Amino acid sequence: MTGGQLAALAALGAFHGLNPAMGWLFAVARGMQERSRTVLLASLPPIAAGHLASVAIVAAVVSATESAVAGNTVAIAGGVVLVGFGLWRLLSARHFRWAGMRLSQPQLAGWSFLMSSAHGAGLMLLPVLATTRSGTGPHMAHAVAAAPSGALTGLLAAGAHTVAMFAVMGACAVIVYEFVGLSVLRRAWFNVDRLWAAVLVAAGALTIALTA
Amino acid sequence: MTRWTPDPTFYPSPRDALAAPAEQLAYVAAFDRSATRPDAIVVLDTDPASGAYGKVVGWTDLPHTGDELHHFGWNACSSALCPTAPHPHVERRYLIVPGLRSSRLYVLDTKDDPRSPKLVKEIPAEELAGKAGYSRPHTVHCGPDGIYVSALGGASAEGPGGIAVLDHTTFDVRGAWEHDRGDQFFAYDFWWHLTRDVLVSSEWGTPSMIENGIDPELLVGRRYGHRLHFWDLAKRTLVQTVDLGDQYQMPLELRPAHDPRREYGFVCVVTSVEDLSASVWVWHRENGQFAVTKVIDIPAEPAAAADLPPALQPFGAVPPLITDIDLSVDDRFLYVSCWGTGELKQFDVSDPFHPRETGSIRLGGVTGRVAHPASPTERLAGGPQMVEISRDGSRVYVTNSLYGSWDDQFYPDGVGAWMAKIDVDAGAGGMTLDERFFPHGDDFRGLRVHQTRLQGGDASSDSYCFP
Repeated sequence: MTGGQLAALAALGAFHGLNPAMGWLFAVARGMQERSRTVLLASLPPIAAGHLASVAIVAAVVSATESAVAGNTVAIAGGVVLVGFGLWRLLSARHFRWAGMRLSQPQLAGWSFLMSSAHGAGLMLLPVLATTRSGTGPHMAHAVAAAPSGALTGLLAAGAHTVAMFAVMGACAVIVYEFVGLSVLRRAWFNVDRLWAAVLVAAGALTIALTA
Repeated sequence: MTRWTPDPTFYPSPRDALAAPAEQLAYVAAFDRSATRPDAIVVLDTDPASGAYGKVVGWTDLPHTGDELHHFGWNACSSALCPTAPHPHVERRYLIVPGLRSSRLYVLDTKDDPRSPKLVKEIPAEELAGKAGYSRPHTVHCGPDGIYVSALGGASAEGPGGIAVLDHTTFDVRGAWEHDRGDQFFAYDFWWHLTRDVLVSSEWGTPSMIENGIDPELLVGRRYGHRLHFWDLAKRTLVQTVDLGDQYQMPLELRPAHDPRREYGFVCVVTSVEDLSASVWVWHRENGQFAVTKVIDIPAEPAAAADLPPALQPFGAVPPLITDIDLSVDDRFLYVSCWGTGELKQFDVSDPFHPRETGSIRLGGVTGRVAHPASPTERLAGGPQMVEISRDGSRVYVTNSLYGSWDDQFYPDGVGAWMAKIDVDAGAGGMTLDERFFPHGDDFRGLRVHQTRLQGGDASSDSYCFP
């Protein structure tokens, strides 16, 4: 992976971390409910872990498959899926359903995993993953052997992404909890869902453009 | 429909909601007791600076007759900001309006012209029955993951009543909410402690027990509801039932604390069969379990038989009949409607276990027939019934009809129709009737008036996930 690719992964991580629906708002709510910054801080790792799991699965599968399959098939197929998923998010009126608020740490990680997956967080990394070559690249003879190292590259990408996500999410949570207060939500909670969907579509298009 | 920034009527916490601007309009459910003309949602001007202040400025007739409009609610509210499934960019624009007798549900859009709500969807009784197994829809609450509607009756059977969930965006009936209802059978009101994953529900009676009027045999036989149910909101299962004692007939309205850190709430009991008194109770958590404690007791008022309607003559007294209560957004003042004696009481409930009476207003009443100062010679029937409080706690609105067939029993010479507005000293407590606000009689074109909803939200619409 190049420095530019890492920067792109980190930037996407920051974007995910910024989204209140991805976790920091829940961490703040848990902290406020118990009047405890410790509870807030303790909520962040499980949320990051859930996000990491969601992203890593997609990243590992994409990278491994790409290492094993010749040419740009994966990138183009992935790009098409991404554009479709993005358009669906943009146009559909679905509503994510999760009633409980008193969650244990493992349940919190599960919540984060479902939230990230439903939003297609991992898919958003496709343009970066699809243009990353692991090792010497997929030669026909080594294709199958290359898959594990490809998966490793994917995991590395997911890790870099999640570190950035964790940092931004933590910063948002602490700043809102300690200094700004939640009334900021009324003005500053930009409709990230629409932007998010648009980014998904753009990422898909970009992937196809870069690899076709 | 989505927005780029959150709906300005959503507030993360009750503290923030206290600073909400004053409502410009109020929506009131009005129904024709004879079921020969359509029921309507009536719009009132509540802006004191307006020339039409206190007047009916809008009127939306519904397409059918015999619905008996009663309670209704907003499609979305501050619970949309709750962090587990936030959707802050939906709009508070639709009124979900159940017909308590017809079991139909209407969806009215208030956005384009707030003074003229437009009917956009009609959910037939068959859909509610077929998909959720319920009839007689009653309370509507905007939940974090859908619209919750309680219902008194079963689809074709008398019961059990329960809660149906409607889709947030399409308003389609998604189904019955309960996974496991235990032995819960009667239904009426419900609300929740969102951050605790707790839902509370109360009991009235099945359709045949109420639709033809209160049945004295059932009442004396202690057959109406007398229990509260506590549910796991996430698992949708009944966790605990508390019996108030079968002399305490009909625990109705539920008003949980708005502060999400607190886990108590108030419920009113219409009457005790032992002495016709009415009461208010507090539910609270004690060693992990819910307990319910009586904190307000209001005695019946003796009266001469000649002054009483036939239903009350054997008792020689007027029961207070607490049929609605409402809690201010700061959880400080509780308003208690004594519909029989015609009195609205205000209590400081800063300490929920020791309410302190801070105000009282008499209007109407079975024997009192107290007039409104705006029309001092007019003997009023009915009494303060549905109460709604503005978000800042400074204004309180009351209407006078309870429920068609029950109005007729307690006010057999006609319950009439009136609405009053009360100004509140939100600091010290105390209430004053606003003489400029008294729509009544012909203003409502012969219809009776029940629940009020305020534009932008009110004390019994929104729930909050942040303290």
